[in-house]
Amino acid sequence: MDLAYSAEYESFRGEVKKFLSSSWPLQGAEAKLPGDQKAALFRGRAIAAGYLARAVPVRYGGSEQAPDVLKGQIIREEFFRARAPGDLAGIGPSMLVPTLLEKGTEWQKEKFIGPTIRGEVVWCQGYSEPGSGSDLASLQTRAQIVGDEWVINGQKIWTSGAHIADYMFCLCRTERDAPKHAGISYLLLSMKQPGIEVRPLRQMTGAADFNEVFFTDARTPADWIVGKRGEGWIVSRTTLKHERNMIGDAANTVMMFGGLVELAKRALRDGRPAIQDPSVRQRLAQLEGYVRSHQYSGYRQLTKAAKAQEPGPIGLMNKLVSTNLGQEMAKIALDLVGDDGLLEPAERRLGAPRENGQWIGQFLWSLGSAVAGGTANIQRNVIGERGLGLPRDAAAQRS
Amino acid sequence: MNFDLTEEQDLLQETVRQFAANECPPGRVRAIFDGDQGHDPALWKGLLELGLGAIAVPDEYGGAGLELLDLALASEVLGAGAVPGPFLGHSLAGLALLYAGSDAQKKSWLPKLASGEAIGTVAFAEGEGRWQPEDWTIAGGATLSGVKAHVPFGAHADLYVVGTRGGGLALVERGARRFEVEPLAGIDRTRRLSELRFADTPCEALPGGPAAAARVRDAGLVLLAADAFGGAARLLEMSVEYAKTRQQFGITIGSFQGLKHQLANMAVEVEPARGLYWYAAHALDHLPAESERSAALAKAHLTQVYMQVARDAVEAHGGIGFTWECDVQIYFKRAMFDRAFLGAPAAHRERAAALAGW
Repeated sequence: MDLAYSAEYESFRGEVKKFLSSSWPLQGAEAKLPGDQKAALFRGRAIAAGYLARAVPVRYGGSEQAPDVLKGQIIREEFFRARAPGDLAGIGPSMLVPTLLEKGTEWQKEKFIGPTIRGEVVWCQGYSEPGSGSDLASLQTRAQIVGDEWVINGQKIWTSGAHIADYMFCLCRTERDAPKHAGISYLLLSMKQPGIEVRPLRQMTGAADFNEVFFTDARTPADWIVGKRGEGWIVSRTTLKHERNMIGDAANTVMMFGGLVELAKRALRDGRPAIQDPSVRQRLAQLEGYVRSHQYSGYRQLTKAAKAQEPGPIGLMNKLVSTNLGQEMAKIALDLVGDDGLLEPAERRLGAPRENGQWIGQFLWSLGSAVAGGTANIQRNVIGERGLGLPRDAAAQRS
Repeated sequence: MNFDLTEEQDLLQETVRQFAANECPPGRVRAIFDGDQGHDPALWKGLLELGLGAIAVPDEYGGAGLELLDLALASEVLGAGAVPGPFLGHSLAGLALLYAGSDAQKKSWLPKLASGEAIGTVAFAEGEGRWQPEDWTIAGGATLSGVKAHVPFGAHADLYVVGTRGGGLALVERGARRFEVEPLAGIDRTRRLSELRFADTPCEALPGGPAAAARVRDAGLVLLAADAFGGAARLLEMSVEYAKTRQQFGITIGSFQGLKHQLANMAVEVEPARGLYWYAAHALDHLPAESERSAALAKAHLTQVYMQVARDAVEAHGGIGFTWECDVQIYFKRAMFDRAFLGAPAAHRERAAALAGW
C-alpha cells in the first residue's frame, strides 16, 4: 500500500496544474463571454492539450490518449480543485458516445460524436415507458420502416432533458413477432419534428427536469439505427456496461460530508453549536465511518482499474452506497436546519444562511437518486444476483 | 497511488487461510469453543510456526519484521475462521514491549513471545467502560495493587502488560507474589477472559510514556476492526451459501426478494468497509497525524457492522441459526467481543469527534 503517486504521475499532475493556471479562468475579453461559451472555448483547448475526451479518437474530435486510469483521476482532481469545466457529464457524452464508439457506423461516429462531446448538441434517452420501468424489455413503443424512414408511435416517460434535447437515443419495438428482448432496436432521432410532443413532469422539488414524450408518426432515417434490427437490447447493455464500469468516485460524498460538519458547527441548539451535542457528534462520527469506507473503496477500485483488474462485486454497489449516504446526510441536515425545514428551498428567513435552503433541497433530491437509473431495490437485486450469485426471482425468470 | 495489497500480503493471507482451513475447520473450532480451556496448544503452536507470534516485531528480536498492516491481515483471516486462541492479547503484549520497552526488556521478552516460549497478554480494563490509557487508575511503581478486568487468556499467559495511572505500562510475570488470576465466564469462548487481582504485586515498569500506551491501544483497535471485517465477510458467505441451498415452496429461498435484499444490504455494509482497517493499519506505521482517529473510526464502524451482520445472519439462517450447534452463534459472540473489547463504538466515536476538534 502506497498512497502517494509515483514521480511520473506527480510530474503529470504538475503539467495539468500548469495548463490550468494559464488556461482557467479565461482572461481579458474572453472572460466577458457568456458562461456556456467560456466553457466550450476552454473544453476545446483542454481536448487539444490531451486532458479531456481522452477515450475518443482524434478524428471524431477527441484527444485519443492511451488509457490511464490514474492520469484520468489526476485530471479530475485538478480540474475539480480549479473549478474548471471537465468532460461534459450529460447522457450524450457519458452513455451515447461510448455506445457509438463500440457499435456505431463510421458516418454515425463522424456526425454525432464531435458535436456531442463539445456540448453543441444535447441528447436525451428514450428508455422507460409508463408500463415498462424495472421490466424495461417489455417496452411497447413501435417503429416500422415506411419507405426509407422509421415511423415511430408510442410514449416514453421520465425522459430527462427532453425539453431541451436536440436528439434522442431510443429503444423501440421493431420486430413484432420476435421474443421480448430480440424485438427491440436502438434508434437515433431528432427531437425537433412535428411528430414529437414533450410534456414536462413536475417533480416534488418543484422543478421540471424530466418529461413525457409522445410519438405520433415521428420519423427518422432508416440508417439512424445503432447495431442491427433486433439488437437494440444488446446495444443498450453496452452502454450500461460502460456505466457500471465507472469507478465509485467518492469526491462528492466527501465534500458533502465536510459541508454537513460545517452546518453542525454553525447550527445552534439551545444557543450552543449543534456539534457540541453528544447525539450529533455520534451521528456524524458514525456517518464518517461510511463516508471513509466509500472513499477507500474508491481508491481500491481505482488501483484495480489501473492494473486492469476487475473490481469484483464492489463495482455493483457504488450506486446504492452513494444513494444511502446522500439520504443519511440529508436526514441529519434536516435535523440541523431545524425550523427552516418548514420553508421552500428557495425561501430565505431573515438572517438565515443560504446553505440551509440548499440542504432542504438536498433532502428532496436525495430521494431522486434512490429512484433514478434503477431503483435502490433493483440495485439490491443486481447485487444479490450478479454480485452474490443468488438465483433470479422466479417471476422474472419466466419472462 | 496503490491502495491494494502486495503479492506477499496476498500470500500471507492465503497461507493463514490454508492453515485455518486444514488445522482449524469448524468442527475443531466448535470443540475448542465447548471445551474447558478455549485454547488448544497444538493449534497455537502451528500459528507460531507460521510466524504469527510476532509479525510486526523486528527480526533482531525474533519477529518477522513486517508492518502493522500485515499483522492486521492475519487478524482478518483468523477472524474469518473464528480461530480460537491468544493471538490478540499476545500480539498487543509484543507491541507494548516494542513501543514502550527498554532495549533490555525487548531482548529479554520479544524472542520468547515470537517463539511462543511465553504467551503474552494485556490487562487494560478497569470496569464501567474504562479501557483507555487516561482511564487507568492503578498506580505504577515497584508493585501494583488493584483489579484489572477482561484480560484475554489471563489464565494461560506467562507475561501480563498492565496499564497503570497516567498511561503507564508495567510487566507482571505469571506466578508473581500476591497475584491472583480469576477466570471469567466470557461470552466469546474462543477468547477466554480472566480478572487479575494485584495486592502489592511486584512488577517492572516499561519506560515508554502514555503515547506508547495509546499506540498499543490503537493497534488493538485495528486488530479488532480487522477481525470484525473477516468475521462479517465470512458470515455473509455462510448466509449466501445457506440461501442458495435451502429450499421452500419447491424453490431456493435465495430467489425470494425479501431475503435477497437482506443479503444485498449485508454485502453493502461489509464489502466497502475493508479499506477502513487497511487505512488505519497503514496510518499507524506511516501517517502518525491521522493514526489515532483512523483507528477509532475503524474499530467503531467495523465492530458495529459485524454485530449487525451477525444478527442478520441468525435471521437469514432461520431456526437453525438460533441453535448452539450452528457456527453462526460462535461468530455472533466474537462480534460481541470485538464490539466491547477496548471500548464500545460510541466511546470511540466520541473520541473521534474530540480528535477532530468538533
